[in-house]
Amino acid sequence: MADFETPALTEFQLVPHIKKGSMAHSQTFAAKPEFQEDLGFPGELEEGWEDVAVKKLGELTTKYRGLKVFLDSCVKCGACTDKCHYYLGTADPLNMPVARQDLLRSVYRRYYTFAGKYFPWLVGARKMTKGMLDKWYCYFHQCSQCRRCSVFCPYGIDTAEISMAAREIMDAVSVGQKYCNEIIGKVYKIGNNLGLPEKALVNTLEGLEEDVKDETGIDVRFPVDQAGADVLLITPSADFFAEPHIDGLIGYGKVFHQAGINWTLSSHASEAGNFGMFIGSYENMRRVALRIREAALDLKVKRIVVGECGHAWRVAYSFWNTLIGVGHGGNDPYAKALQQQLDPNYPAPQHIIELTYDLIQKGALTLDKSANDDQRVTFHDSCNVARASRMGTMPGGQFVLPREVIKSSVNHYFDMAPETIHENTFCCGGGGGILTDDLIEIRVKGAQPRMQALMDVVQEYDVNYLAAICAICKSQFSKVLPYYKFPMDMIGSVHGLVSNAIQLGAKQ
Amino acid sequence: MSAIEVGGKSIEVDEEGYLADRGDWTEEVATIMAKEDDCDLDSNHWEVINFLREYYEEYQIAPAVRVLTKAIGKKLGADKGNSKYLYELFPYGPAKQACKYAGLPKPTGCV
Repeated sequence: MADFETPALTEFQLVPHIKKGSMAHSQTFAAKPEFQEDLGFPGELEEGWEDVAVKKLGELTTKYRGLKVFLDSCVKCGACTDKCHYYLGTADPLNMPVARQDLLRSVYRRYYTFAGKYFPWLVGARKMTKGMLDKWYCYFHQCSQCRRCSVFCPYGIDTAEISMAAREIMDAVSVGQKYCNEIIGKVYKIGNNLGLPEKALVNTLEGLEEDVKDETGIDVRFPVDQAGADVLLITPSADFFAEPHIDGLIGYGKVFHQAGINWTLSSHASEAGNFGMFIGSYENMRRVALRIREAALDLKVKRIVVGECGHAWRVAYSFWNTLIGVGHGGNDPYAKALQQQLDPNYPAPQHIIELTYDLIQKGALTLDKSANDDQRVTFHDSCNVARASRMGTMPGGQFVLPREVIKSSVNHYFDMAPETIHENTFCCGGGGGILTDDLIEIRVKGAQPRMQALMDVVQEYDVNYLAAICAICKSQFSKVLPYYKFPMDMIGSVHGLVSNAIQLGAKQ
Repeated sequence: MSAIEVGGKSIEVDEEGYLADRGDWTEEVATIMAKEDDCDLDSNHWEVINFLREYYEEYQIAPAVRVLTKAIGKKLGADKGNSKYLYELFPYGPAKQACKYAGLPKPTGCV
């Protein structure tokens, strides 16, 4: 196992004394030149890269007005300093959101503000140098873009936007991360983050049909590429591959079956995840999303439903409208064609939680809660769902709906402490392109605040099931739970609980 | 690029120890990779490794965890067809550690 100490869980969440440079050694593997080039970035750091980086920064502050406001408006009040899970878990002062932002802000000041240009020493303005670039690479890959700090910032400064901009600038001079960029390349070549080809997808789904039949005696189908289906399900490829994700997929299949919804997956768009957002690249985010539009048009579906994936829901909810025409705003002929094609009686896009919730409200599903009587459940709000999107029609629906779906499926439900859930939720520690083995130390340490809150409900209520609606959260928790002496299989899908409770067959 | 020494020959691996070229794989390669992790491969490990290689040959990807547990359950008995058993064999995670010894690329994504 890796050579570092897992933070201790204590009686209550402590704010640690700073330990300067305690995570300065953290290095995520760099993307090879061929992966960079696949994404439209240069392969090698070239002479004069500093000018390219500074120019790119200027371009981004013009293109994204929010970024400029965030860079200009910080007053160093310190409200964010103890809000980041990575600071709480590592004590490295550069993991305080304000300090992380300042790595980029100081460069912005040097080149784009009057005071910084002429009196850099007065305003903490710094030059773009190789040393600075290395610091960016280190510390902007210790940010999961979860936006908890922005909830507490009196100006609403969003570190995620700054972290995305920093990664985009680094990519513009060839410095990219292997994990994210290799994965985006796989989506272009094969259609999903895993690199799961159509034949393997079909084989895996046939296996699932057999398993569900063995278990329930019912023919629940997991169709692929069925033209004319009403619903296209876009779900993270981890749902086909990993545990406990696949229990969620089985749950979606059972819900569709029982509600009589004609649905399909697509082998062309077999990925909900969109790592283009993590690296701040609008072009790559669009290119990844376009596959979904292509599939939706080809299969002539009426609705697009998104599976349990946190950042995918942010992309879908906040960007798909203008990116590809799912929702209103897209202005090219294909976006318009898709808007014409989709059924306006349903939200576009719709989250699987919204779909299941609506069916439960209508009484279309029979759920036997006692099937989950061995589970004592709590729910982890995923950062991108909690702070960057919504579900349903009421404010805060993204907090209410998943809990209502869970409570309809289980008898024993307990929330974690209020300062750690809803919009205050702590990141799992693996979001935003951090979910890679080369960053295991920051992942384990960053999980500490969530583990602390979990321990409290385990001790108080004997909770033994941590439910989540994000593929990254599920994989991250499977990996880090054992570091904190929790069983790894304590993490599960929300639709895994639905899957256990749902009564298949004719309605009573 | 790093490399491992197998039978006097240097074989290229990536930063995480996965083979750079799948064609370089031999049983000896698997044994040596496992030794580096203090793991002695027994016949149960080999059942998993061989299944992974067969599956990859046909589908160009490692099998899903569920596909793997089902296949191993059929081969080694129902009590062994579960993730818990596979984690006992491959404590770093069956998908990743076993893929490495089998000479397959590391599964990527949110897994």
